[in-house]
Amino acid sequence: MKKKTFKTVNTQFPSVDGKGIMMGRPAYTDDFAPVDALTIKVLRSPHPFARIASIDTSAAEAMEGVEIVLTHKDFKRNPFTRAGQGYPEPSPHDKFVLDEYVRYVGDEVAAVAAVDEETALSALDAIDVEYEVYEPVLDFESAKGHDSIIHPEKEVYEMFPIGFDPERNVAASYHMEIGDVEQTLAQSDVVVEETFYTQAQAHTMLEPHTVNAHIDYQDRLVLFSATQTPFHVRRILSQTLEVPISRIRVIKPRVGGGFGGKQAIHGEMLAAAVTLRTGRPSKLTYTRQEVFESSYTRHPMRLNIRIGSTKDGRLTALDLQGLSDTGAYGEHALTVYMVTGSKVLPLYNKVDAVRFAGDVVYTNHVSSGAFRGYGAVQGNFALESAIDKVADKLGMDPMALRQKNMILEGETSPIFEVMGEGTEGTAMDMESCKLDYCVKRGMELIGYEEKSPRREVSEHKIRSIGGAIAMQGSGIPYIDMGAATLKLNDDGFFNLTVGATDIGQGSDTILAQIAAEQLEVPLEKMVVYSSDTDLTPFDVGAYASSTTYVSGNAVLKAAQQMRSRLVEEAARSMQTSPEAIIYEDGRFEAEDGSPGIDLGELATKLYYNEDQKQLTTTGSYYGTKSPPPFMVGFVEIEIDRETGELDILDYVSVVDCGTTINPALARGQIEGGIVQGIGMALTEDEHYSKKGKLISKDFLNYKIPDNYTVKKLTTEFADSYEDSGPYGAKSVAEIGIDTPPAALANAVENALGVRIRSLPITPEKIVAALKESRTDT
Amino acid sequence: MADITFTLNGERITLREEPNLRFLDVLREKLNHTGAKEGCGEGECGACAILLDGHIVNSCLLPLASVDGRDVVTIEGYRMTERYQMLEKAFIEEGAVQCGICTPGMMIAAESMLRENPDPTDEEIRHGLAGNLCRCTGYNMIIAAIRRAAKEGEGLW
Repeated sequence: MKKKTFKTVNTQFPSVDGKGIMMGRPAYTDDFAPVDALTIKVLRSPHPFARIASIDTSAAEAMEGVEIVLTHKDFKRNPFTRAGQGYPEPSPHDKFVLDEYVRYVGDEVAAVAAVDEETALSALDAIDVEYEVYEPVLDFESAKGHDSIIHPEKEVYEMFPIGFDPERNVAASYHMEIGDVEQTLAQSDVVVEETFYTQAQAHTMLEPHTVNAHIDYQDRLVLFSATQTPFHVRRILSQTLEVPISRIRVIKPRVGGGFGGKQAIHGEMLAAAVTLRTGRPSKLTYTRQEVFESSYTRHPMRLNIRIGSTKDGRLTALDLQGLSDTGAYGEHALTVYMVTGSKVLPLYNKVDAVRFAGDVVYTNHVSSGAFRGYGAVQGNFALESAIDKVADKLGMDPMALRQKNMILEGETSPIFEVMGEGTEGTAMDMESCKLDYCVKRGMELIGYEEKSPRREVSEHKIRSIGGAIAMQGSGIPYIDMGAATLKLNDDGFFNLTVGATDIGQGSDTILAQIAAEQLEVPLEKMVVYSSDTDLTPFDVGAYASSTTYVSGNAVLKAAQQMRSRLVEEAARSMQTSPEAIIYEDGRFEAEDGSPGIDLGELATKLYYNEDQKQLTTTGSYYGTKSPPPFMVGFVEIEIDRETGELDILDYVSVVDCGTTINPALARGQIEGGIVQGIGMALTEDEHYSKKGKLISKDFLNYKIPDNYTVKKLTTEFADSYEDSGPYGAKSVAEIGIDTPPAALANAVENALGVRIRSLPITPEKIVAALKESRTDT
Repeated sequence: MADITFTLNGERITLREEPNLRFLDVLREKLNHTGAKEGCGEGECGACAILLDGHIVNSCLLPLASVDGRDVVTIEGYRMTERYQMLEKAFIEEGAVQCGICTPGMMIAAESMLRENPDPTDEEIRHGLAGNLCRCTGYNMIIAAIRRAAKEGEGLW
């Protein structure tokens, strides 16, 4: 560990953009929509599965103010995936801009662009569609091999083998085994077998999906898009609409939250098509109903887990097999499912055998896709719930069982080499892993010794503790690249342009801190801009917990290069050798005592007076490993044994994400993730009618946490340093969401002796489980 | 079309428009005031909150006709005040802003609440902000910011 004292990183600076945002200054996509933009509205399918037998748009087209009406007849059948991922994508190309088939209630049928919203909506009403209605697949457990084939079209394809088998409704499939799981389980003293279900969770970022498009004075297509992945959007638009990529510019202004929901194409395709065909600016903003009904959710899963152990609590085998529901389209189907194993099972790395397998199936529900946690939260719920069951069976304390078996610094897991994201993985040792400290400290903070497992506080109320450990990653090694460019300006301030996409998490701020640290300048000398496919260097975007680690390393490289270029120029100006220069806090001094120079003065001379030139450096980085952040989560609840209602008294998180570049922003990521995880654990659930129509499509029927949900969050960071990370940092964006489902399920069992195996854990389920347990005994 | 006259951030203006337009659209599209955001369009999230005669209102549910003769303050006007400065400082110090879409609405809600109750308990702050959703922060940093602003800004409200 080469930890040292820092000047700018590991310091709690306010966000570089916070003030302007608070003041309500124009910053977001819709704030920049041209005033004369056509409004695009989309006609959406009322059927979960149908073919458009005929569509008559003549009446709509004849309406005054309607500029264009688009249907599937207007597009070449050119399948793509909406998923914004590395290319070639590990997601099946199974989506058309508009298609003759509709595969869920809310799927696109036609689009209207008109002078205003009212006209566009009236035009939608005037479109006459006849559907040939098919029997939908609404139960994911009967999807595989169902008589209804959701993707019967011949054009769909996989870009490389992902187990794609559309004739059997399988979007992707995966299997791996290390050691002999069956034999190891047969020889284990104790085997726990459990089945868990996780639900579709909606992202509900407060800014809906929104895009606006125009043709600029150079006849290029310019899009402002609320996206996590501007460079993927540009590539997918070009490939699908067959527009040269050099003619497309995608600008990501400030984004109002993403959580994975904007790691995809949403309205971009239709807005681009309207503007390309009409030459007029257009905008498409999803209504809140469309965000629920027509974007995508977290993949619901069934997870069957078996864990073997010796009688003294050494875990021997892990077997996780499941089924994932990708809905109508296969965005992120394989990779989310793989992360359910690859960023969960290595937590217990000392087992003799481990297996992970399963299918990802199509159904006629809203698509599933990327969502913070990306499969790990589902896998964590299954594994960390089952670990408590193993402890129970062994008569051991569940945290003691974890401490005995969990991964430690310097160790590895064979899973890292076997499982990547859609491909093989990368072997790595845990050079930074303070999970042992996290667990110990978390137990102190929650008061584990005194409070665990339960205390009766009144006739009806019980207080209990539940815990879980988790890991995630820091980018996708050998695939995801980020780049950053630093430009020196006169008077010695810098422009830092990054392709990395700040979507509210604060990446602009932490990337500026990394550059300011290396260049030893105050943070205000670093002007950050993200991201614009014309102006900023490439970056895959904000996903897979990659920005701090991958983009941060790119920034560090650019800053290191800038620093040595500055030293060279200072040496030239001071007529000495670069080796003789000492640079500190914005000033160059020479070892021989000749007069020094300030950075600002040097910079101004470089532009106006001496050997004039522009100094610009670019750093690129891709990981050769993905060092996981680790954490423990403990919840203390008070639960009513009659009604099953519970209050969260405290949620303790102790996190190892290496150096926190900005402790306040890191805490924001963890606590925001914890609360989203609590929403998933307790209230959030997509409900469908029996006919396959989404019912929970507003904030009244889909309950996200409000400010009463959890009044106390206790968050600490372990003292940890990841040598391969920028100033010792690992990423931190996703891991917070992983522990609440299992920690809460464990707390409920500790309080009442009943195990809830399907999310969300509602009072109704708790009461039903209590009734059942009373009947059993 | 009708003439609608109201005060916007201290300035008296008259618009000739359809009286049933959503006031949020009028602000954003006709008056170029983009501080109020549309989060849901159904009055459930509070991102479009403004002050109407000093009280918080969701502008997505407000027809233009309803502001006739009344006093409207949006974040663009509120940010000129000393009270705003106090809230801004507290939000920064507590790290209460992430994506920021909910933030102008949270500010407006805080102002509306503190105006009625300058010395709120935590429970009263939570109650005052019950109509404003945030998906990023987990809320506690926002509650802490308002607690801090109320304390440090004693006498402002």
